[in-house]
Amino acid sequence: MEDNVVLTMRGICMTFPGVKALDNVDFTLRKGEIHALMGENGAGKSTLIKCLTGINDFEAGEIHVDGVEGKVKNHSTLDAQNVGISTVYQEVNLCPNLSVAENLFIGREPMTPFHTIDRRTMIRKADELTKRLDIRVDVTQNLENYSLAIQQMIAIARAVDTNCKVLILDEPTSSLDDSEVEKLFRMMTSLKEQGVGIIFVTHFLEQVYAVCDRITVLRNGTLVGEYPIADLPRVKLVAAMMGKDFDDLADIRPEGFTSHADAEMVIDAKGLSHKGTIKPFDIELHRGEVIGLTGLLGSGRSELARAIYGADKAQTGTLKVKGKEVKINHPIDAIHLGMGMLPDDRKAEGIIGDLSVRENIILALQARMGMFKQMSRAKQEEIADEYIKVLQIKTASRETPISQLSGGNQQKAILGRWLATDPDFLILDEPTRGIDIGTKTEIQKLIIQLAGEGKSVMFISSEIEEMLRTCNRMAVLRDGAKVGELDGELTQERVMSAIAGGAKE
Amino acid sequence: MSKSANTLKERKQMNSNTVLLLITIALFVVLYAAGCVAYGSKGFTNLQTFLNILRSNAGLICVACGMTCVMLTGGIDISVGSLVAMDCMLLAYGMSNWHLSAPVMCLLVLAIGLVFGLVQGFCVGYLEIQPFIVSMAGMFFARGMTAVISTDQLSITADVNQTFYDWSSFRIYLPFGGVPNRKGVVIMPYFGSGVVIALVVLVVIFLMLRYTKFGRSLYAVGGSAQSAAMMGLNVKKTQLKAYVLCSVLTSIGGICYCMNTMSASVSQATGLEMQAIASSVIGGTLLTGGVGNVIGTLFGVLINGTISAIVQTNGKLASSWPNILTAALLCFFIVLQSIFALLKERKK
Repeated sequence: MEDNVVLTMRGICMTFPGVKALDNVDFTLRKGEIHALMGENGAGKSTLIKCLTGINDFEAGEIHVDGVEGKVKNHSTLDAQNVGISTVYQEVNLCPNLSVAENLFIGREPMTPFHTIDRRTMIRKADELTKRLDIRVDVTQNLENYSLAIQQMIAIARAVDTNCKVLILDEPTSSLDDSEVEKLFRMMTSLKEQGVGIIFVTHFLEQVYAVCDRITVLRNGTLVGEYPIADLPRVKLVAAMMGKDFDDLADIRPEGFTSHADAEMVIDAKGLSHKGTIKPFDIELHRGEVIGLTGLLGSGRSELARAIYGADKAQTGTLKVKGKEVKINHPIDAIHLGMGMLPDDRKAEGIIGDLSVRENIILALQARMGMFKQMSRAKQEEIADEYIKVLQIKTASRETPISQLSGGNQQKAILGRWLATDPDFLILDEPTRGIDIGTKTEIQKLIIQLAGEGKSVMFISSEIEEMLRTCNRMAVLRDGAKVGELDGELTQERVMSAIAGGAKE
Repeated sequence: MSKSANTLKERKQMNSNTVLLLITIALFVVLYAAGCVAYGSKGFTNLQTFLNILRSNAGLICVACGMTCVMLTGGIDISVGSLVAMDCMLLAYGMSNWHLSAPVMCLLVLAIGLVFGLVQGFCVGYLEIQPFIVSMAGMFFARGMTAVISTDQLSITADVNQTFYDWSSFRIYLPFGGVPNRKGVVIMPYFGSGVVIALVVLVVIFLMLRYTKFGRSLYAVGGSAQSAAMMGLNVKKTQLKAYVLCSVLTSIGGICYCMNTMSASVSQATGLEMQAIASSVIGGTLLTGGVGNVIGTLFGVLINGTISAIVQTNGKLASSWPNILTAALLCFFIVLQSIFALLKERKK
């Protein structure tokens, strides 16, 4: 082990049923550095962290921690803590109903000779600890009285007070605002100066470049590389995270880059925002246009769409639909205005597994008609059959429970649900995730076809290639804000540098 | 240093839970004062009236303390009423038919409470079954066993067991606050052994909740079981212990209850579990866990007792009025708790 290295992981392999989650991954952390662990969804960041903290068992590879003899294999977070590895998660894992002091010391409280908790000493020690880390709190107050940022910092204080050499921060900033992030960074810097090695997992590029010394990038469970921050400008980082594998689908884009600027304006949003998820944004969408929302995971793509659709009620701004100003409080308002949304988490928000394909397809239409105007069975069957045919949904019958269908066919059925309502504006959030290439192509074709029929589509996808093929225009999001729009000739390079931001084209 | 500590203290805002507790106490005072004003002529102002409320609710205080501990973890135990009935029946039957001595019977009852709690706690903590279902099974079981022991109405007289009778009629007189009775003899206000036991339980549980690792673990588990586990606490064991504590306290409460009624029947103490839950909630314990303490619970019991005492003293009101008033109070406190929680959210 070279000097000042506190943690080495070598050749870590880990398999989930059917998926190789980590394949021969190496990771090195040095004393007093902040090391970003980057990668898109499914890259293996969390799995790697979980192998380190003992939540997952890895199959091959070894871990060494400075000051601990031999290989380290943790079986619980407590084991990990005992060798000096502490983790602070995105959700604060503290008890809001207890005082700050108790949260810092519960489980290891100072005791009096009578085996009772020595509250006075506990409070004094908590006071010292928070002062040392420059957290300004009254330690006798309940944790819930403080902001999330403070709670996060107290979680960190607890973590570092237990003889911590390696501090893992797993997306600690996702629910913090800018000034809170600032505070957290100051604390991270001061811990770094005290010699703690910090692993920083985040989706926010800005933040990586603000505090980190080194970046390790993972993709699809393999190590892409470890880079000092100066050697990896944003565009290169994005390229490293996303990879450049082009899938060899036929070019299905039918037309050139026609402008729809003259067509009727379907959606005109000005200054919409939802606190904590998406900063105020403007967006326009014309009839027959496909707009792509692009950005890294967590950049606010889905959140932007949700704010328009009313899934997260927009708190500021105005929204015009076909020129008329409207107020959307709930998705049902949006449905009445002719919108439809295919959510990204179809298991949780889209399909209703126990209902049949027919029932799933007519759901939105029925919802728009209202509860008391029941559609006749014959009508329902007619509609279901139509979309099963049009979308080529592979199902045993229209009465098969939808949970028995493959992911791609479930997705098509939900698409059918919205098409049945004949929407003018359709939001598709990751409609092609986790489905086979053939179905992907079909869905892409369908999107273009819908646009040709005069519908407007908002298309969200992590795959730039697929967006390039289908979109007329792309809105770029970064760190919870819309940062720009691209139109005209869309190329992978242009999109990537826009996602990365701050770089010259 | 001391100066900064002072400024911190000045800034310290009052905890909303403390406010709720103060409201509970204030409500008790108002209710009691109202009783005194309305029924002063019927002896409501006598210290003895207050002590009688304590005496008749001594068992409930013990049970409600146990309930509060379980509710702090976010759980619930609806078996306590039936367990009290079973305890009473066992005490009465054991002393009259098996002629066992009072201390032996009391130890037996406590041991049964321990086993009962172990089983329920194991199911909740280690098998992760819903506490409502587990304790519902416990409720049916205990009520059924009561009938298995005996379906008769048993009473414990001096002939049945002199020791138990002595315990029951043991009185501690206060040196002040005496009131002359009809014959002009001044009777000093008194309370019995049940009240002593209940107050000891109350103090012990209060200290336990505040100053022991186990006590604080109850709050941590109720606040967030996942976080508690992450911080290295043994959540399952804490839950198990909470149910054991509740059942043992219920058994102690059962003994107090029995000393008060000196009788046993199958239908005894029906709905006691709901009274215990209501007292805890009125006293500021959240059903979701993590918030509450036994001082609040004591006042919850006292409020219930005062309502009953007012209705009894009035004499003309239907006996269903305490239920309706308790319902109104429960609503009041639950709404209040929600408002406080919402305000807290908004402040963020």
